[in-house]
Amino acid sequence: RRKGHSHFPPSAPFPVFQIRQGPVRPPPSARLPHCFPLQQPAFRSRELPVPNFPRGGVPPPRYQAGMDTVEKIVEDFASDLAMSAFSSGMRLRDMIRAIRSCKTAAEERAVVRRECAAIRAAISENDQGLRHRNMAKLMFVHMLGYPTHFGQMECLKLIADAGFPEKRVGYLGLMLLLDERQEVLMLVTNSLKQDLNHSNQFIVGLALCALGNICSAEMARDLAPEVERLMRSRDVNTKKKAALCSIRIVRKVPDLAENFMALATSLLKEKHHGVLISAIQLCTELCKASKDALEYLRKNCIEGLVRILRDVSNSSYAPEYDVSGISDPFLHIRVLKLMRVLGHGDADCSEYMNDILAQVATKTESNKNAGNAILYECAQTIMGIEATSGLRVLAINILGRFLSNRDNNIRYVALNMLMRAITVDAQAVQRHRATILECVKDADASIRKRALELVFLLVNDTNAKPLTKELVDYLRVADPDFKGDLTAKICSILEKFSQDKLWYLDQMFKVLSQAGSHVKDDVWHALIVVLSNASELQGYSVRSLYTALQVYGEQGSLVRVAVWCIGEYGEMLVNNVGMLEGEETITVTESDAVDAVEVALNRYSADMTTRAMCLVALLKLSSRFPSTSERIKLIVGQNKDNIVLELQQRSIEFSSIIQRHQSIRSSLLERMPVLDEASYLVKRAAITQATISADKLAPPVNPGGLKLPNGVPKPTAAPLADLLDLGSDGAPATTVTSTTATAPNDFLQDLLGIGGANSSVAGVSSSANTDILMDLLSIGTSPSQNGLPAQDTKPVPVVPEVIDLLGSLSSSTSASDVKPTPVVPQAMDLLDGLSSSTSISGLENTALPSITAFQSATLKVTFDFKKQPGNPRESTIHATFTNLTSSPFTDFIFQAAVPKFIQLRLDPASGNTVPASGNGSVTQGLNITNNQHGQKPLAMRIRLSYKVNGEDRLEQGQISNFPSGL
Amino acid sequence: MTIRFVLFVNKQGQTRLAQYYEHLSLDERRALEGEIVRKCLARTDQQCSFVEHRNYKVVYRRYASLFFLVGVDNDENELAILEFIHLLVETMDRHFGNVCELDIMFHLEKVHFMLEEMVMNGCIVETSKQNILAPIQLMEKSS
Repeated sequence: RRKGHSHFPPSAPFPVFQIRQGPVRPPPSARLPHCFPLQQPAFRSRELPVPNFPRGGVPPPRYQAGMDTVEKIVEDFASDLAMSAFSSGMRLRDMIRAIRSCKTAAEERAVVRRECAAIRAAISENDQGLRHRNMAKLMFVHMLGYPTHFGQMECLKLIADAGFPEKRVGYLGLMLLLDERQEVLMLVTNSLKQDLNHSNQFIVGLALCALGNICSAEMARDLAPEVERLMRSRDVNTKKKAALCSIRIVRKVPDLAENFMALATSLLKEKHHGVLISAIQLCTELCKASKDALEYLRKNCIEGLVRILRDVSNSSYAPEYDVSGISDPFLHIRVLKLMRVLGHGDADCSEYMNDILAQVATKTESNKNAGNAILYECAQTIMGIEATSGLRVLAINILGRFLSNRDNNIRYVALNMLMRAITVDAQAVQRHRATILECVKDADASIRKRALELVFLLVNDTNAKPLTKELVDYLRVADPDFKGDLTAKICSILEKFSQDKLWYLDQMFKVLSQAGSHVKDDVWHALIVVLSNASELQGYSVRSLYTALQVYGEQGSLVRVAVWCIGEYGEMLVNNVGMLEGEETITVTESDAVDAVEVALNRYSADMTTRAMCLVALLKLSSRFPSTSERIKLIVGQNKDNIVLELQQRSIEFSSIIQRHQSIRSSLLERMPVLDEASYLVKRAAITQATISADKLAPPVNPGGLKLPNGVPKPTAAPLADLLDLGSDGAPATTVTSTTATAPNDFLQDLLGIGGANSSVAGVSSSANTDILMDLLSIGTSPSQNGLPAQDTKPVPVVPEVIDLLGSLSSSTSASDVKPTPVVPQAMDLLDGLSSSTSISGLENTALPSITAFQSATLKVTFDFKKQPGNPRESTIHATFTNLTSSPFTDFIFQAAVPKFIQLRLDPASGNTVPASGNGSVTQGLNITNNQHGQKPLAMRIRLSYKVNGEDRLEQGQISNFPSGL
Repeated sequence: MTIRFVLFVNKQGQTRLAQYYEHLSLDERRALEGEIVRKCLARTDQQCSFVEHRNYKVVYRRYASLFFLVGVDNDENELAILEFIHLLVETMDRHFGNVCELDIMFHLEKVHFMLEEMVMNGCIVETSKQNILAPIQLMEKSS
C-alpha cells in the first residue's frame, strides 16, 4: 500500500510548456550580398509622350498582354540603375523579378521569407544606406500580403532623416505599413511637427499628406494649430493638402470643426481647382461634424459655391482640367454634393441654387461618361433639396433618359437614383415600372440586383398581383445564381400581401415548383401555418401540391410541403373534398397518394428531414386509408436498419403503432391542431435571437482537450420526447400547439417532434401533464449539460422500454396518471454515467452528481462526492477504479496533482489489485480543501500506474468536468 | 470618406498595387482582395463596371491585362469614379510613356506617390495631371 502522494509537481500549478525561441537568423545562404558590382549604365532618355487616347474612351489596349519584350525589361533595368531615388535599386528589382518568376505560392513564400530575413538582418545591423531600399521592398512584400511589422521602426528612422528621398519613402512606408491603432505612431508626432514647420514646401506637403491619411485623435489635437496655419499659406499645394488634412482632423475630433469654418469658406474664393475641391470636401465634412458649421456654411458659402459652379461650367477650354470637353467634372460633382447637403431641408438655400442647377441639368452634354457623371450628381442633388417642381421634372427626365440608355453603367446608376427618387416622387418612379421589370431580367447581375430591390420598393396594394406574376413567371428562366435572391424577394412580397389567401397559396405553390430548393425554411414553415388555418382551401391545396409534386419532384421544399399536406389532408385528396369553382377534378386513389410519398421517400434518401416527414405522412396515411396499412408497414419497416438513428428508431416505433396498437392509432394520428399564426410570427422573429443565445449556452468544451466521457446516453431521451409529442397529439391539452407558442425552437422540430434530446426537452412547455416526463428525460442528460442542479432530479420512474410508455398511455389517457414505477435496472445500464448511487444520493439535497472522471479502453474511474456540511471548502471524493479488460491489474497505484490553491490528501486505497472484467473494483478516498472555493473550480491531473501480466502500464489524464460547487 | 481602397490586379488575380484608406488587417485584406477579384474577373465586358460587395461598391475598369478597382461608399458617384480611374491611368501613361504592368510593378513607389498626390484620406485632392506629376518630376530632376 502506498500513500499516493504524487511524484510530479505535488501542489504546483500545471506545468506550462515553454517553447524556446532564439533570435531569428537567416541561414548564411539566405544572406545575399548587398550590392552587386555595378557598371555605370548609359542613361536612357525618355520622352514623355502625351497619351493619345480617344477622348473619353478607353485608351487603346496598348500594353499588350504579357510583357512588351525582353528589350523593354532590359531598358527598364538600365534606367532603374540610373535612378538614384533608390541608389541601389537593383536589389529591389531583383527581388521583384525573383517573385515574379515564382511558379508556385510555396516558391513565392520562400523568396519572401528569405528577403524578409535579409531585411531583418540589415535592420539589426542598422545599415543606413540600405534603409530606403529595404523599405521599398517591404512595401512590395506588404502588397503581396505578408506581415511587415518589423519594418515599422525603420519608417520612423527614415522620416527623421534629413534627406527628401528618405523622408518621402519613410512617409509612404508609414502610410502603408502602419495604421492609427499602433502605438508606434505616437513616436512620429514630433517628426511630423518638425516637418510641418519645414521651410521646404514639398516636405511640408509630405507631412500633411501623412497626417491626413493616418492621424489619430490625439495627434489631431496636437497638430491642429499647425494645419490651421498652413491653410493660410501662400503656396497652393500646401493649402489644398492642409485643407484635406483638416478633414481627417475634424472627423477624429469634431469639436475642432468651428476652428476651420471660416478658413474653409475663405478658401472657396481661390482659383486653383485643387484648393477648391479640397475646400469643398472640407466644407462637406464640417457640415456632417457639427450643426453650427452647417448653419454657418449655409449663410456664408452658398454664394461662393454657386459662383464656382457657374465658372466651371461656363469656362472655356482649359487643357489641364478638361475631360472630354467638360471642364473638371470632379469639381462639378463635389460642388453638387455640397449643395445637396446645404439645400437639404432648407428652402432658402435651395431657392438660391435653383437657376444654376437648372442650367447644369439642361446644358451638360450627355454623350460622354464625364457629362453623365455630372448629370447623375445633379439629378441626385435636385432630388435631395427642396427643389421647385419644374426642377424636379428636369431630374425625372434625366432619369428617364438614363434608364433607356444602352450603356449598362448608365442604366445601373439610373436604377440607383430611382431608389432614392422613390421617397420623393413615387408616382414618377411607378411610370418606369415596365422598364424596371425589364431590368430585373437583365443579363448583368449588378443591374438585376438593383432592379429587384427597386421592384420590391415599388410594390403596393394595387400592383402587387401583376408585379408578382411577372416575377414568378421570370423565375422559370432566371439564372440559377439569381434564383435565390429572386425567390427570397418574391416570398417576402407574397407574405406582405397575403390577405388574399387563395392568391398567396397559388403563388407560393408556383414558387415552390419553380425554385423550391431556394425557398428558405421559415418561408415554407409559414406556408404550412397558413395552410393549417385555411380550412376551406386545404382540399384545393393538397390537390395542387400533389399535381405539382408529380412534375417538380426535384424541388426540396415543394416535396416537404406536399408530403406534409398529403399526410394531413390525404382523404381530401382522394375524395376531392372542398372543390373550388373552376378547379379541375383529378382522380387519385389511396394507393396513388401512398405512391407519391414513397417516391419522395426514396428520392430523398440523404435528406433526413424530408425522410422523416415522409415517414410521419405514411404513418398518418395508414390510419386515413386502412387498406394501405399493410403496404405502409412494409415501407416504414424498410427504415428499420437505417444508419440514421432517428429514422431507425422512428421506423420501429411506427411499425409497432401500425401493428400492435390499432386501438389508439386513429386518435393518435388525428390531424394536427390548427397552428396559431400570431404566435408563429412571434416565434419566427425570435428564431435568430434564439439561435444566437443557444450558441452561447452551449456547454463549454473541455479545456484540457482530453475527452472524458460523461457516460451520457443522449439518444435515449429523444424517442420519449417524440412519443410524448405524438401521444399528446390527440389529447385535449395539445402539447404541440403549446410548444409552438412558447419555445424558440425550430418549427419543424415542434411540428414533428424530431430532434435531439436537448432541444426536445427544452421545447416541451411545462404544462402539468408533461412535467413528470420532462424529469424523466432530464435523467438522460448530464446535469452539467442541461444546467439543472442535481437536487431537481426527482426519483422518477425510468421506463425500460419505450413501448411501455405507450402502453401506459393507451391505458390511461392522461400522462399524469403514470404511476411512479420502481427503477428498472436495465434502464440504469443505459444511463451508465449515473451509477445507482446517484439516484439514491439524489434523494439527499446536498449531494453532488457523480462523474466518470477518466475512461480509457482498459480502465474506468468514477468519482462520487460528499460535502462536509458547514464547510463548503472541504469535500470528500470517493474514487472507484474498474478494470475493463479480461486480465487483472496488479501493483495498482493512483496519483493525483492539483493546483496550488487546493489541498489534497489521499486515503489508502482499498487494494492494489483490480480484478478483471469489472468483477469488483478498488476504491480510494480523496480529501480536498479548495482554498478559493467559489472563485476557482476544482481541477486535477491524475496518473494511474499498474501491471498487466507483469508488464508496466501508465495512464494519465486531466479532469475538468467536476460538478460546480466543489 | 469616399474612396475606401484602390487596387490594381492583373488578369491572373495578382495584386499589383494596393492602397487602403481604412484600416484592415492583413487577413481581412487578403480575403477581401480574393473575393473582389474573383467577382470582377468573372464579369464580361458588356456588363456594367459596378459590383456590390459587402457594404461597399467596387467600381472597376480594365485596361489590357490590368484591372483597376476602386472601392467606394454606397453613395458615391460611380461614374465619377470611373472617370477617376481613367485619369489615374492617363497620368501614369504620361509619366511612364506607354505604361504597362511592369512599369507599375517596378516603380511601385512612384505610382504610390502619384496616387498620394491625387487621393488623400479617401478624398480626391488634385485632378490636373501636370500638378500631380510636378513633384515626381522635380524629384527625378534633382537626383
